[in-house]
Amino acid sequence: MAHQRRSRRPGEQSPALERRRFLGYLLAAPTLAVAARLGGDLAAPAPASAAIPSLPGPADIIDLGDALTLAAAPTSGLIAIQLNRDGSVSFAVPRAEVGQGITTTIAMLIAEELDLPLSKVGVNLADARPELVFNQLTGGSNSVRSLFHPVRTAAAVARARLLVTAAEQWKVDPATLTMSEGVIRSRSGHTASYGSLAEAAASPRTEEVSATLKDPSEFTLIGRPTTRIDALDAVTGRKQFTLDLQVPNALPTMICRPPTINGTVRSVANLAEVTAMPGVTDVVTVSSGVAVRAATFGQCIDAVRALRVDWGPGTVDGETDASVEEKLRAATLPLAVPPVLTQSIDAEFVFAFASNSALETNCAIADVRPDGAEIWSGLKSPIVAQEQIAAMLGLPIPAVKVHVVTGGGSFGRKLFSDAALEAAEVSKAMGKPVKLMWHRADDSRHGRTHPMSISRIRANYALGNVVSYEQRHTSVTTDFGHGLGEILTAVAAKLPVGDVGFSQTVFLLSQSMPYNFGATTQLLNEVPLKFHTASMRNVYSPNVVCARELVIDQLAAKMGQDPLTFRRGFLKEDRFRAVLDKAAEVGEWGRELPDGMAQGIAFHWEYKSASAVLMEIDCRPETVNRKIRDAVAGPRVTRAVAVVDAGLPINPRGLEAQTIGCVNDGIALALTSSLHIDNGLPLEASWDNYFYTRQWNTPPELEVVVMPATTGEPGGAGELAVASSFAAAACAYGRAVGQMPTRFPINHGTLSFEPKPKVPPVPESPVDGLAYTF
Amino acid sequence: MSQHTFTVNGKQVTVDTDDKVRLLWVLRDLLGITGPKYGCGINVCKACTSHINGKAFNPCSVPVSAIGPDDEITTIEGIADPATGALHPMQEAWLEQDVAQCGYCQPGQIMAAIAKVKQARSEGREISDADFDEIRNICRCGTYSRIRDAVRTAAAKM
Ligand code: FES
Ligand code: FES
Repeated sequence: MAHQRRSRRPGEQSPALERRRFLGYLLAAPTLAVAARLGGDLAAPAPASAAIPSLPGPADIIDLGDALTLAAAPTSGLIAIQLNRDGSVSFAVPRAEVGQGITTTIAMLIAEELDLPLSKVGVNLADARPELVFNQLTGGSNSVRSLFHPVRTAAAVARARLLVTAAEQWKVDPATLTMSEGVIRSRSGHTASYGSLAEAAASPRTEEVSATLKDPSEFTLIGRPTTRIDALDAVTGRKQFTLDLQVPNALPTMICRPPTINGTVRSVANLAEVTAMPGVTDVVTVSSGVAVRAATFGQCIDAVRALRVDWGPGTVDGETDASVEEKLRAATLPLAVPPVLTQSIDAEFVFAFASNSALETNCAIADVRPDGAEIWSGLKSPIVAQEQIAAMLGLPIPAVKVHVVTGGGSFGRKLFSDAALEAAEVSKAMGKPVKLMWHRADDSRHGRTHPMSISRIRANYALGNVVSYEQRHTSVTTDFGHGLGEILTAVAAKLPVGDVGFSQTVFLLSQSMPYNFGATTQLLNEVPLKFHTASMRNVYSPNVVCARELVIDQLAAKMGQDPLTFRRGFLKEDRFRAVLDKAAEVGEWGRELPDGMAQGIAFHWEYKSASAVLMEIDCRPETVNRKIRDAVAGPRVTRAVAVVDAGLPINPRGLEAQTIGCVNDGIALALTSSLHIDNGLPLEASWDNYFYTRQWNTPPELEVVVMPATTGEPGGAGELAVASSFAAAACAYGRAVGQMPTRFPINHGTLSFEPKPKVPPVPESPVDGLAYTF
Repeated sequence: MSQHTFTVNGKQVTVDTDDKVRLLWVLRDLLGITGPKYGCGINVCKACTSHINGKAFNPCSVPVSAIGPDDEITTIEGIADPATGALHPMQEAWLEQDVAQCGYCQPGQIMAAIAKVKQARSEGREISDADFDEIRNICRCGTYSRIRDAVRTAAAKM
């Protein structure tokens, strides 16, 4: 094995003592190409201290991100970086970019390790690469955590190789050379751009080498707030999403869907008539409904509305909010610790169905031919999509090319490949390429949801201590069938979490208890109802943590303490307290507010990252009863401070952006956004029905504080603050109105819109748009 | 099928399609102008926001037959300076504040913001929190606060 070591800088300590070395590869290629294997380390368990220690839960020993990282190690393929003759480098990231900024983060890692301007790093999204197995899954806030070392290792190999190549050419010691901004310089005045060395540095054969990574003290780019690399494309309209791609003959295609979830087509009364409508080229029945292909999406909408379909039953036809809630309550696992010799708080919380619909609806392009297929879509599990599509079409896996396209948001939705599978089925049935788009109404009603759940909590306390904390979370089954199931379960079987199923694995791995509450148990039970479900940003945590933090406010009140003081006292780690204190300081905890307004504070720890959020809410009638057409005004969060400690913030600007998103998600979950299930279908069919946070709901004052690096390792951050924000909004609301809320979102009991018809499944586009110009 | 002639981003175009096809699909499916996005098709999400004769509107809810030969449509692709290619101050501000996350809503947000600033000016005021609260464009990534910051930044330069 060759050993590549980059030049040491003055004052640097011996890498043998201080630095870990990582294995990378030089690849045989015409210009310098380097690679590393994906994989990672298992972190040590976090120590618990103070108050009555809770035994570390499974998520304290190993969390979901670790499990994904661990699972990846034995089978992972290589990820490669290529140096081009023009001095730029190219890297195809095996992840999806859906707005979370992963391409920018990865480009920063490469630019940092190589001392290259960020503009010289090109990062695009890799096609499905079956050999990566589950290493090509975007989820669990795990992307940066799993790619941090491999990407840097590959770049470090390239760096070392460039130095050696230049040193040989100039007959000097590589240790005397310096690198910056894509140029190598010698003491005697030689200079060479990386591009000029791209061929000379290429390796004739593939070999394993070791490389030493930059010391964090040398970072100049990691940790610097950096604008996204795709920002210019986004503001000029050049950024291309699936529906913007021009694939020859892939005409607009939509599906006429049933009035209940998973309903099926019995017959179509007017197939010929609809086929003859203007612009329409094809109408065929498929497993999810009746597919229509036309010259424009407008003509697809008209055709979908014109279809007269006799629908067979679906899978949850009789279910309503009330019936689901009843089933959940019946299935709730018992609380075990009786309140003997202690005082006790018992509480139950109900969380409505919520939609993980992105602004880009489900969509995909498919071109299926007899001997192969090509698919384009925003996919977080592209390998699973490729396998499923190949199986459905009866094609060998390599005959199905799956391109991962930049997605217009995901929030869990794109873990599943519903549109890609459907587009492939339709393209095969029609024998033509299709550009399939879901209507907004379909995306809301038939798209995947985060299902209803009930959380029951009992906390026993005595003599100034919380002696036991039990949480029983009961949820409609969440579908994790996007392919990592078997793998993760296999890994989980080796962990100290006992013999549990896959959902329980995710639950246990994601739910840690950051407070010393004595004997702590958090259990999940699921009720298998056949809704379309999926994870939503931050999965179980928003509901679980919201319930917990509300109970903490109750405990604090019962024990005569301020909510902040109480949390400070019971948090397990100083790192947690630092985050909480920062939120309290910046948010001016305890400041005077008028009646009807209050502050709330909440904490959440997950993905090896900590977050605390402080919110101020205005529940005064003049605010709640603001008149806004087709909207829920309601209580207004007027001010939010979110503090995040992500271990090592690589791009604080990106982390801040993600946290702003989390704050708005949390506010929506607490106050306004939910689905109402009515006879097997959500009633919501529009953004004026599903009340995600809008400008009139968002806090006019919002501040995000990114804590300086605490651990040197990046934690997950894209979802982290959803839970703490939801909880902070709920706690603030409870304190403002003087009563703990127990049903979420708080406006769910009132239907604040006129539901659109279920047949036809999509509304007509209005014609009066010019009446609203401004 | 009938012919429809109008101006898009400074260029005259003619399309042959049904009268009632909404302008959004004429732009996207027939002319290949994909900056305006689909998010609902019912004038709710505002992802398709573009300008007609300098005012914000939503082409998903306007039949192509309602657009006349004298009408000038501007999409996100058409707001940079045609002569120099310089970005519109609103686009610059969006870069400065790094507003976009997934970016899907952002062409519509920028087009709405430009119109909103001009509307406030024509009413003799500067844009305020009350104006922001009237912007209906949804951003499911939740970029609202950066949008507010960017609009304020741009308004100072417009
Ligand atoms: S697509 Fe035009 S407003 Fe939603
Ligand atoms: S940036 Fe994603 S919807 Fe606005």
